[in-house]
Amino acid sequence: MNHSNNAVWVFAEQRDGEFLPVVYEILTEARGIAEKLNTNLCAVAFGQGVTGKLDQLAAFGAQTILCTDAPEFSTYTTGVYTRQLAELIHQYSPAVLFIGATHNGRDLGPRLASRLDTGLTADCTSLDVDADTGNLLMTRPAFGGNLMATIISPNRHPQMATVRPGVFKAMPLPGAPAAAVVQATSQVQSGDMLTEIVHVVKEKSQEEDITRARIIVAGGRGLGNATGFDLLQELADCLGGTVAASRAAVDAGWINNARQVGQTGKTVQPELYIACGISGAIQHLAGMNKARTIVAINKDKDAPIFKAAHYGLVGDLFQVVPALVKQLKSQEKGTKS
Amino acid sequence: MNILVCIKQVPDTREIRVDLETGTMIRKGVPSIINPDDLHALEYALTLKDEDPDTHVVVLSMGPLQAKEALIECLCMGADQAILLSDRAFGGADTWATANTLAAAVRRLQPFDLILCGQQAIDGDTAQVGPQLAERLAIPQITYAQSVRLENHSVQVERQMEDGYQLVKADLPILITATRKLNQPRYMNIRDIVKVHQADDPVQVWGLEDLDLDPGQVGLKGSPTRVKRSFSPAASSEVRFFSGTADEMAASLIDSFRTLNLIEK
Ligand SMILES: Cc1cc2nc3c(=O)[nH]c(=O)nc-3n(C[C@H](O)[C@H](O)[C@H](O)COP(=O)(O)OP(=O)(O)OC[C@H]3O[C@@H](n4cnc5c(N)ncnc54)[C@H](O)[C@@H]3O)c2cc1C
Ligand SMILES: Nc1ncnc2c1ncn2[C@@H]1O[C@H](COP(=O)(O)O)[C@@H](O)[C@H]1O
Repeated sequence: MNHSNNAVWVFAEQRDGEFLPVVYEILTEARGIAEKLNTNLCAVAFGQGVTGKLDQLAAFGAQTILCTDAPEFSTYTTGVYTRQLAELIHQYSPAVLFIGATHNGRDLGPRLASRLDTGLTADCTSLDVDADTGNLLMTRPAFGGNLMATIISPNRHPQMATVRPGVFKAMPLPGAPAAAVVQATSQVQSGDMLTEIVHVVKEKSQEEDITRARIIVAGGRGLGNATGFDLLQELADCLGGTVAASRAAVDAGWINNARQVGQTGKTVQPELYIACGISGAIQHLAGMNKARTIVAINKDKDAPIFKAAHYGLVGDLFQVVPALVKQLKSQEKGTKS
Repeated sequence: MNILVCIKQVPDTREIRVDLETGTMIRKGVPSIINPDDLHALEYALTLKDEDPDTHVVVLSMGPLQAKEALIECLCMGADQAILLSDRAFGGADTWATANTLAAAVRRLQPFDLILCGQQAIDGDTAQVGPQLAERLAIPQITYAQSVRLENHSVQVERQMEDGYQLVKADLPILITATRKLNQPRYMNIRDIVKVHQADDPVQVWGLEDLDLDPGQVGLKGSPTRVKRSFSPAASSEVRFFSGTADEMAASLIDSFRTLNLIEK
């Protein structure tokens, strides 16, 4: 079937019937990959009742959608999803498969790659195609982000990669046509259902999702203690932004780990990132160096954060941040009166 | 009960610094440690042994001979048996080839009720070897364990999720990957330290010829993935410093925000 053979596939993970944002992010990036490979972009969706939601995948560029809609797919389990995806791959032999590096994606990806005897590159931060060989170029951080490595998987198929949420920006494809939907029946066998989800506990987080913020004011060890974040919150409020942190601040217990930016935290790409009292360790930079504008406030003029920043303020954050707050507030009053 | 724990010796990436001028990693003086998550996996195995002394805990690692140190540390914490897979042919393995080699060793050892891995290793951060090993051995897996309860011949695992956790149930044998939420790893203890240092050869070393493996399926040669190029994540921008007092710097910054349309004019 030419619409799927050698295609670029994106695994469209859903939870409670909704596709995750990372699916749209990967679809957006994968459009360019499919184009360079001169092939079709296909989303693969499993779930119960997902058939009605497939339009959203087409809106982000999926030209074909392989869908399996059956009760055993309602919630991800390793054996069931691996079986179905492996069978579909045998049937259609895609050239490339992308999976979101969610907890489920990082459970599924390696299990599947092992079954298919193919390579898998984890947590890619950029993707491209080698114009000479047609190989997928998968770039990822290694050694705790101290080094970037470009990985290829030249001799086995499909070429597989996982991509972390927030690494790419999701953009709908203007005027995207409807996708061709192919319903695939479940090929799951009883031996695939060896783990059973007894129940799911959602720990309701009061935390905002920092990956969606337009403006981020982030604090590190330089804040000294948890109350330092009150100051940053004030600045964030003036700018309509949200507060985030380095790992040092999270590890110190000053702020919830849902707000950690970096290699082992979240990847953010806001319009504006203001780093206050953050040294700019490579693992931190890995999570924020794609921000449009980066401001660093640090009293050490040699702090590595200044190498990543567009604007640098060398000084004590306990003087600079209040000055910013004061001036922003007075201007606000000025424009209102 | 037979338990296998897979451990990896890794450079302490928290100690690595990058030479910003040359863009290379400074690895000199960087200590080698047991991968932190693996210590939580081992700790869980050892608590089961505390409860039931008939439990046999084997630690397995693939790596250079230097990794013996890491395995000896595990023995000094209370593991019963240590095996190192070391052979020049194993060098340069990616996660697929690593899992393939580990699986061959597992098949040579006795059947295990439980296999424990760390969630991920801090050198590569891939979190792939555990699931790949489980697939090779055709046993189920539960990743991201934040708590495990073992009863009769089954486990109930709290599997950490982005927004909470799932309680997952399965029968043994199973492979579980441990997160740092699982427990607090213990220290080495005198009794085991003495025992290990009295033993002639506390760590068994196996090479390619000890395992039933196709030489084309191990190490760099057997790895589906290749590193095409590596580079330092270079700093991207040209920074513009503001000078003056805190108030003056703040004013300049706010001006720039306005120019960039980040705040209303
Ligand atoms: C495998 C691995 C993964 C990691 N993942 C992450 C990650 O995801 N995210 C992350 O952030 N880190 C991560 N780290 C940790 C990282 O290496 C750094 O340790 C951490 O980012 C440092 O945080 P910091 O900049 O807040 O603290 P520090 O490095 O201690 O820097 C504090 C800075 O504050 C400045 N300062 C102090 N007082 C003031 C003041 N009054 N005014 C102005 N400036 C002041 C100092 O000059 C200094 O530059 C990881 C490490 C490893 C090994
Ligand atoms: N060379 C190795 N020897 C033994 N165990 C390993 C090795 N590599 C990885 N592992 C295990 O697999 C886990 C995940 O590693 P990784 O896939 O590299 O992130 C580790 O925490 C170890 O438990």
